[in-house]
Amino acid sequence: MDIKDIIKPENLVYSKSKLFTDKALSYCPGCGHGTAHKLVLQTIEEMGIESETIGVAPVGCSVLAYEFMDIDIQQASHGRAPAVATAIKRLMPEKFVFTYQGDGDLAAIGTAETIHACNRGENIVIIFINNGIYGMTGGQMAPTTIAKMKTSTSPYGRDTAIMGNPLKITELVAQLPGVYYCTRQAVHTAAAVRKAKKAIRQAFENQKLKKGLSFVEIVSNCNSGWKMTPVDSNIWMENNMFPFYPLGDIKVPTEK
Amino acid sequence: MKELRLMKGNEAIAEAFIRAGADGYFGYPITPQSEVLEYLMAQKPYETTGMVVLQAESEVAAINMVYGGAGCGKKVVTSSSSPGISLKAEGISYMAGAELPCLVVNVVRGGPGLGTIQPSQGDYFQSTKGGGHGDYKLIVLAPASVQEMADFAKLGFELAFKYRTPVMIQSDGVIGQMMEKVELFEQMPRWTNEEIKKISPWATVGKTPDRERNIITSLDLDPARQERHVYKLGAKYKEIEENEVRFEKIQCDDAEYIFVAYGSSARICQKSIEIARAKGIKVGLLRPITLFPFPKKVLNKLADQVKGMLTVEMSLGQMIEDVQLAVNGKVKVEHYGRVGGMIPSPDEIVAALEQKIIGG
Ligand SMILES: Cc1ncc(C[n+]2csc(CCOP(=O)(O)OP(=O)(O)O)c2C)c(N)n1
Ligand code: SF4
Repeated sequence: MDIKDIIKPENLVYSKSKLFTDKALSYCPGCGHGTAHKLVLQTIEEMGIESETIGVAPVGCSVLAYEFMDIDIQQASHGRAPAVATAIKRLMPEKFVFTYQGDGDLAAIGTAETIHACNRGENIVIIFINNGIYGMTGGQMAPTTIAKMKTSTSPYGRDTAIMGNPLKITELVAQLPGVYYCTRQAVHTAAAVRKAKKAIRQAFENQKLKKGLSFVEIVSNCNSGWKMTPVDSNIWMENNMFPFYPLGDIKVPTEK
Repeated sequence: MKELRLMKGNEAIAEAFIRAGADGYFGYPITPQSEVLEYLMAQKPYETTGMVVLQAESEVAAINMVYGGAGCGKKVVTSSSSPGISLKAEGISYMAGAELPCLVVNVVRGGPGLGTIQPSQGDYFQSTKGGGHGDYKLIVLAPASVQEMADFAKLGFELAFKYRTPVMIQSDGVIGQMMEKVELFEQMPRWTNEEIKKISPWATVGKTPDRERNIITSLDLDPARQERHVYKLGAKYKEIEENEVRFEKIQCDDAEYIFVAYGSSARICQKSIEIARAKGIKVGLLRPITLFPFPKKVLNKLADQVKGMLTVEMSLGQMIEDVQLAVNGKVKVEHYGRVGGMIPSPDEIVAALEQKIIGG
């Protein structure tokens, strides 16, 4: 039996979303970004909305998301994706619009844009990758870095007395009436991936029904920035990130 | 139908946005231009032409909304005054890099810092020499009347889409706040989705199977490609310099001296010409309408004819550097200006001409 006998449609148990381009992902091996991309693209593909979807990429490791996603995308300046998405959606209300942002982008430099887009109830989806660190710039402290965690700008661990406390921005935006659906997920195990996918689907369905803003946080690893192996980083995430950032829905629609 | 109205400059430009078929305005209040947003909110164009009007949470958000809208091929605009334009500078640089058409209006007030709410022309460097980071230029239009506030909104959109570049309308507190008669152009329809696809095939409106995906970005990490991109921008700015220079010559034919002034300073200089000519001083005015591209050639030619030039600006002297470069040492060029929100009087300007150019 050679490879040709193996590659047959009936043997196919898994394939990449057709909305992935053929460009190799630039993410570090083991990083959660790739899985999160996959879930977003699978959702768009399954809903059949690829010709009606405009994505907004941030500044951060996913700045090059447009290289990997075969849809129309705008690359926003650092932190401003929710403002960019606001205008796209308001000017083309019939389209689907989502942002894909890291924690430095969304919860530090872009805090104002995040909160105000949420508060206006912009009918968009925000995918928020919380890896507790600035990945792209080489592992500096993020607003979400948990207490005592070592980063290149908190080399002795985050001292909250000096550096402030980690920001639970997801709990914060959940308070806003404009946010219709708010959830925290992960993509480090098969079970988590299935749940996260359901949440992302829910978010896009909400947009279809014009319900307002859906906010999906994905707690993810940054094995490079954390200076761990991919496996160790996932174990560390479970033991240290999840207790502070518990997974699950934070705000679910109450009406039927 | 054309229509005659008495309006403030800020109201006229707001009305002109609607009539030019703009799709969206995004702004944040700041004196002396808050009337733009107020006028638009009162007119409710979202109920008539369908134009979106949104008060953003900051100038930073507003310019990024403009980025998003422009990336979809829409006619979008924001307005502000000096401190707000500083906040927009990053976004403007991104738009120049991503080659996005849009209109940015600066109703200039005195700076630096919070400065004053009174008129100034201290943002000339910011508008024409960068303001944001990187190698880019804006087309900069300088209205000198309420009429031009309205007309340049339409012209600005035309130029922005012709060259795929942000256009700045640099006004000032005088032009924004004063009331004058204005003839408003007819309402233009907003572009349909089909028209947008034709006019801006690069726009992110959803990737259909008949084309590659569209990407709006100013990033390219490959130096060779990024260099090609910046060279392409450079070639575009050259083309703009060749084709889009606009100026007005007033009483220059027999002039022995000229004032070089734009915007409200140019209006004041017209009175100074009357006063000077009554005294027997033959002076004219060269009014740059485009601050970039700057009317270099005409100034260089005028330098062969006149004995000296006085630039009049409400600043410490910014445009004077471009005049000096254009004239290239052929004649004496001096500056007269007031700052801090003070406005020069016609007599002061004549006195400065006599002292600095004729006597000096
Ligand atoms: C205005 C501005 N400031 C700073 C930067 C540098 N910068 C690039 S990415 C980044 C942090 C990104 O971190 P995060 O949003 O957490 O995303 P990650 O890379 O971890 O996915 C910073 C500070 C920039 N590009 N622009
Ligand atoms: S630096 Fe961190 S977030 Fe960025 S790709 Fe690598 S592992 Fe992922």
